[in-house]
Amino acid sequence: MSNEATLHGHPEVGISHDAHHGEHGDHHHQSFITKYVFSQDHKMIAKQFLITGMIWAIIGGLMSVLFRLQLGYPDAHFQFLEDLLGSKWAKGGQIQPEFYYALVTMHGTILVFFVLTGGLSGTFANFLIPLQIGARDMASPFLNMLSYWFFLTASVVMMSSLFIETGPASGGWTSYPPLSALGDASEGSKTGMDLWIVSMALFVVSSLLGGLNYISTILNMRTKGMSMTRLPLTIWALFFTAVLGVLSFPVLLSGFILLLFDRHGGTSFYLSDIFLATTGKALPNEGGSAILYQHLFWFLGHPEVYIIILPAMGLVSEVLSVNSRKPIFGYMAMVGSLFAIAILAFLVWAHHMFVTGLNPFLGSVFVLLTLLIAVPSAIKVFNWLTTLWRGNIRFTPAMLFAIGFVSTFISGGLTGIFLGNSTLDIPLHDTYFVIAHFHIVMGVSGILGMFAGIYHWFPKMYGRYMNNTLAYIHFWITLIGAYLIFWPMHYEGLAGMPRRYLDYSNWISFNQFGGLNRFISTVAMIVFAVQLLFVFNFFYSIFKGRRVMTRNPWDATTLEWTTPIRPGHGNWPGEIPEVHRWPYDYAKDGRDFIPQTEPLGSNENEH
Amino acid sequence: MSTFFVLLILFFGFLITFQIAKASEYVGVLKGEKKNFEQNNRVNGFLMIVFLVLGLIGVYWCNEMYRGKILGESASKHGEQIDTMLYITIAITGVMFVITQILLFWFAYKYQYSEKRKAHYFPHDNRLEVIWTVVPAIALTVLVGFGLFYWFRITGEAPQDANPIEVTGKQFGWIFRYPGKDKTFGKKYYQNISDKDNNSLGLIWDDANTHDDVVVGNEMYIEVNKPVKLIINSRDVIHDVGLVYFRQKMDAVPGTPTTLWFVPKFTTEEMKKKLGNPDFEYEISCDQMCGRGHYTMRGIIKVVTHEEYVLWLAKQQPNYAQAFPDKSPAGPAAPVKTDSAKAAIVTPAPAVTASVATK
Repeated sequence: MSNEATLHGHPEVGISHDAHHGEHGDHHHQSFITKYVFSQDHKMIAKQFLITGMIWAIIGGLMSVLFRLQLGYPDAHFQFLEDLLGSKWAKGGQIQPEFYYALVTMHGTILVFFVLTGGLSGTFANFLIPLQIGARDMASPFLNMLSYWFFLTASVVMMSSLFIETGPASGGWTSYPPLSALGDASEGSKTGMDLWIVSMALFVVSSLLGGLNYISTILNMRTKGMSMTRLPLTIWALFFTAVLGVLSFPVLLSGFILLLFDRHGGTSFYLSDIFLATTGKALPNEGGSAILYQHLFWFLGHPEVYIIILPAMGLVSEVLSVNSRKPIFGYMAMVGSLFAIAILAFLVWAHHMFVTGLNPFLGSVFVLLTLLIAVPSAIKVFNWLTTLWRGNIRFTPAMLFAIGFVSTFISGGLTGIFLGNSTLDIPLHDTYFVIAHFHIVMGVSGILGMFAGIYHWFPKMYGRYMNNTLAYIHFWITLIGAYLIFWPMHYEGLAGMPRRYLDYSNWISFNQFGGLNRFISTVAMIVFAVQLLFVFNFFYSIFKGRRVMTRNPWDATTLEWTTPIRPGHGNWPGEIPEVHRWPYDYAKDGRDFIPQTEPLGSNENEH
Repeated sequence: MSTFFVLLILFFGFLITFQIAKASEYVGVLKGEKKNFEQNNRVNGFLMIVFLVLGLIGVYWCNEMYRGKILGESASKHGEQIDTMLYITIAITGVMFVITQILLFWFAYKYQYSEKRKAHYFPHDNRLEVIWTVVPAIALTVLVGFGLFYWFRITGEAPQDANPIEVTGKQFGWIFRYPGKDKTFGKKYYQNISDKDNNSLGLIWDDANTHDDVVVGNEMYIEVNKPVKLIINSRDVIHDVGLVYFRQKMDAVPGTPTTLWFVPKFTTEEMKKKLGNPDFEYEISCDQMCGRGHYTMRGIIKVVTHEEYVLWLAKQQPNYAQAFPDKSPAGPAAPVKTDSAKAAIVTPAPAVTASVATK
């Protein structure tokens, strides 16, 4: 599908009109509704995803502050909690077990899906794909708009579940049945769980609409000369992310639908041999397998962590290269390792299930495949390191976050080698070691990558800069804080301390970490407060930040910096530029950088 | 009130930080963009190396501080293998961790912007890339090799002489069943479960094998230096039998029994002395989220000597006798050698005393 055909229905961005576009964007009148609300401009949709994601991040982060308060001070009474949350959830100022479990469940769901999937891929896939491949918009701007609105609807449903009487889902973000299937087994498995499933189903729809759009745009709508091997690594990463999502989210949805049937249709997909003490009755369901759900869940659940980390890898690769003033080292190896990770992502899900009674032989196959992922990951790390080597590094805020990403990705990646090895997974499974591992490698790295992206492309999004001093404070406290929070958790995990406990004081084996838990909670609150500083910087800079005066403030080679400072819908006022070279010609032939649009010199070889 | 003050302080902290940040931006404009950039770059470059040095010291310090708080010597033979595996992995990943982190922050510091420096155009090098594909691949092969070797030993079949014990998780506690004298677990069916009729596992009383099965709650006795095989079930949702000191863990799944086995090395009393903690108990922790009482789902394993074990088992009344105190009892629960010793111990349960008498 060509650009013209796609955009035919939108005369304001039609090619024939492009010549009339001025440097300062769109002269055509758009109402507030079509410009800011039901926008079909990929850049506006990206901002919608970003801001929705940020709101979710604040809510999800605030939840972690609440449960860290409980973990740090299990005996304390915080009167303000009862004032705020009522006596059902925080009786006497103490967080009640149901509420604690609701908090951790919602924290996980929100951060994994709504922030690091919707907020991260949604933002940067929408923003960067058309700009960096040289397209005027997505293949289907309308589906793209729907993708956001499904995301927002999912958000509203999920949010509303926080306010119902029985509380939101509280069976963990994985929602394993039978706990999640039986309202009599847990308060949160009543209406809260239904809303959770509905919200997640809407989220899957959003994700699929977005993903199909990203794939078709990247494959079909690249500008002249933009061969696949001339794509920036951001686009490659977003491409593989979209493929992962399209192939794995439907499986998750099927798992949820079966769960819904078990909850309300009287089926026994996951249920068998259950007697509930709360009702004193045995259920009629027989023959189901609770483990089936785990297979379906982790068939998405594992690719999901790559859905989170691949875009961050792409953003970081781009930012590292631009600010080292050097080409990314080993471009083809980077693409190859992204591809390898994407393939392996589908073949490792059962490493979450080593202690479910899985056949040990099957487990051994998954050990092998899981540890294989370390090879492409190692290639990426060494390539990033070599990209820094003999560079001329500018520590822009984005660059700092990119370096932080590499650091946390190494730390968290290495602990994955522990957990992927079934022998070590036996003692470490479902302990704080797991919490430390996935927070560092997926949570912290994902969010650092996202910050790198936001700081780097903020000038393109809003035509202004963010405040650097605040950004530096934000970076250093976040990085140091993240390590202070999650590094010590490894030791708790090595002591076998189980996750999802709200009070360890009655346990002889796990009560030695009271002081450490208080320390972690304190740091977590400081780090959360500093994130609010970032949020403030973000919104303040949209309106009052220093204006961007040049088209290409970072001296980057890629196409988005050839658009006007504030591009209108359609991105380029005239013809879409033609591409003549790969995107990483930095420091070549004694020149600081050569834009992709510049034709090869007569005696110049392509990299 | 104090909450209000905390918020107020936080607010003013923000305000001050923001004002400083804004002022520094204006100063930057006055100083000139280039000079400002160079200054910021130097500061951040320096912080990179500070972070690296303090970070590595912090990691070392953290190791020293928590060395004594993580688990000491494993209390099972399987645990020894797991610990060996752990040390191998820590060694390999530890070396990788230190090397890569040093390179990362050192490069960042060393190659920070300077007017004199020219970045080096270095897009790829096949030799280097082969090296860092092959070296990690070899290291991982070693780890996979060791890992699977131990994995199959740990998850392999339990020895023939292992004592079988059935463990059943429920919201929120543990139920243990011993097969009794006939060494066979009687049949059960979950529809028969009834807490008020004293049949917490749903044993089928028509099956005579159930009649000597002993069912106890919360405390499980096992014999030291003797393999024990746990057959793990759940009555309601998924639980998990977590045994930190034995380095074992296995989910309890309703409808799908699982197993694990191990050989305990030290009795509870020995562990109390070893750890210098008179309150020490081997705990069973539920390691799979199971509802509101998940964090309280604590079971105890008493590891005792052979004699103590035999004695303890003899004291237990079969579940059948508890469920039907008036029916003809099914005989003693355990292989007991001397009736006199047993009769002396069994005082609290009249039904069992009676059964011993009839015997």
